[in-house]
Amino acid sequence: MTTVIPHPNASVATSAAPAGLAGYNFAYLDEQTKRMIRRALLKAVAIPGYQVPFGSREMPLPYGWGTGGIQVTAAVIGPDDVLKVIDQGADDTTNAVSIRRFFAKTAGVATTDRTVDATVIQTRHRIPEVPLTENQILVYQVPIPEPLRQLEPREAETRKMHALEEYGVMHVSLYEDIAKFGRITRSYNYPVRVNGRYVMAPSPIPKFDNPKMDRMPALQLFGAGREKRIYAVPPYTDVKSLDFEDHPFEIETWEEDCSLCGAQDSYLDEVIVDDKGTKMYVCSDSDYCRERREAGHQGDGGPK
Amino acid sequence: MTDTIDLRPGFADPVIEAQNVFRLVLDAMARPGRIATIPESLQPPSPLSVGAAAICLALADHDTPIWLAPEFRTPSAIAFLKFHCGCPIVDVPANAAFAIANGATVPALDQFAIGDDAWPETSTTVIVQLDDLAVGDGLVLSGPGIETTHRLNARGLRVDVWGEWRANQGLFPCGVDLILVAGNRIAALPRTTTVSEN
Ligand SMILES: [Zn+2]
Repeated sequence: MTTVIPHPNASVATSAAPAGLAGYNFAYLDEQTKRMIRRALLKAVAIPGYQVPFGSREMPLPYGWGTGGIQVTAAVIGPDDVLKVIDQGADDTTNAVSIRRFFAKTAGVATTDRTVDATVIQTRHRIPEVPLTENQILVYQVPIPEPLRQLEPREAETRKMHALEEYGVMHVSLYEDIAKFGRITRSYNYPVRVNGRYVMAPSPIPKFDNPKMDRMPALQLFGAGREKRIYAVPPYTDVKSLDFEDHPFEIETWEEDCSLCGAQDSYLDEVIVDDKGTKMYVCSDSDYCRERREAGHQGDGGPK
Repeated sequence: MTDTIDLRPGFADPVIEAQNVFRLVLDAMARPGRIATIPESLQPPSPLSVGAAAICLALADHDTPIWLAPEFRTPSAIAFLKFHCGCPIVDVPANAAFAIANGATVPALDQFAIGDDAWPETSTTVIVQLDDLAVGDGLVLSGPGIETTHRLNARGLRVDVWGEWRANQGLFPCGVDLILVAGNRIAALPRTTTVSEN
């Protein structure tokens, strides 16, 4: 069995080029749709954590490929932007590559895999390890925008619960976990409270990434295509993971360091390296790992 | 005498200019009190400022009724907005998605749509034209989008607006959002921004 470690050593950056997809508008969407999404985005920023409905359009990629995030990016992006797209922390998965190519073609924007070079970052399942700045916008692909959906299937009811700030059911559900398992078991899409008001789904990022959302200097935008919702967290806004005084929120930790770059502070993926089930741990954020190795950091190379 | 209306042109490159103006407004809304400068590509009919006109061209269309304060209801301004945005002009501020008024005479903020608790995004975005807008002494702003405080000097607003603003903040998640405009300079005050006069 061969070892496959998804960490490219070569950069996949491309330069800006004139948008070359004949017959399509800049960034694919028509102007009326962009205006509608743009208005929804402005209201989303004004009401942090609140889900604004929008008239989602059919996109040339299936749901599950981040059509909500793609529509938000298409409404936001301009010819001077530099776009990075990640999926599970990596720039080179099929999903990330397709989305990056889509915008390189339809908007002619430059693309990069270097977090620090990007002005717009579209993501599924991770927040980059390198702290984001005021000059960046982070766009999340969201499958299920409603944090209360598992507890209450009716949209009219969850809308009422948000309006009345009735979040008891969420606290009860988390506390049931503690009663059963001694801790809160959710490790992804761990609910947060935004600016002390709306409970919000951070999308299926690991809870390891939740603290990065809190008072982040970058603007955070969320798009759910199938469910037709947009929401936002403005820069420097409080984002607190729900917890209890006797069970404070905690993130994942590893005893191992990254085998490739030696990082002790990054989210690690477990990789099986042989048919005996031998494991090694590597950074999920492939750009972070590569930049560390380029800077001379080394891990122990994993099991010998 | 003549019935000819001076219809000024819109954006020369509508797709790219609308995107650029939107990004400036988005950044202004995300960082309340930071001033964004809109390129001087439009020559809108008086009394519409470059900033107010560009915001309308970028964001308004037949889905967004606009309310104009009386001094903005000139044949050329109405023709400009109707032709380039296709937006209905409404008589009642509470029916407007966008409103344009002067700082000295802007109606009481509770005259505009405030949305409701289940649909707070249905409130009016009020574009307020001022004499001047500058970073520096004057208002002290805090809240989401602001690391510590932002300072903003907004000249030409009637003084009792800030009392109404505090009441507006008390309506959260409902409430209007403001975009202050002086010429081609804009700054936004979303409903979450706390304003104190110093
Ligand atoms: Zn690493």
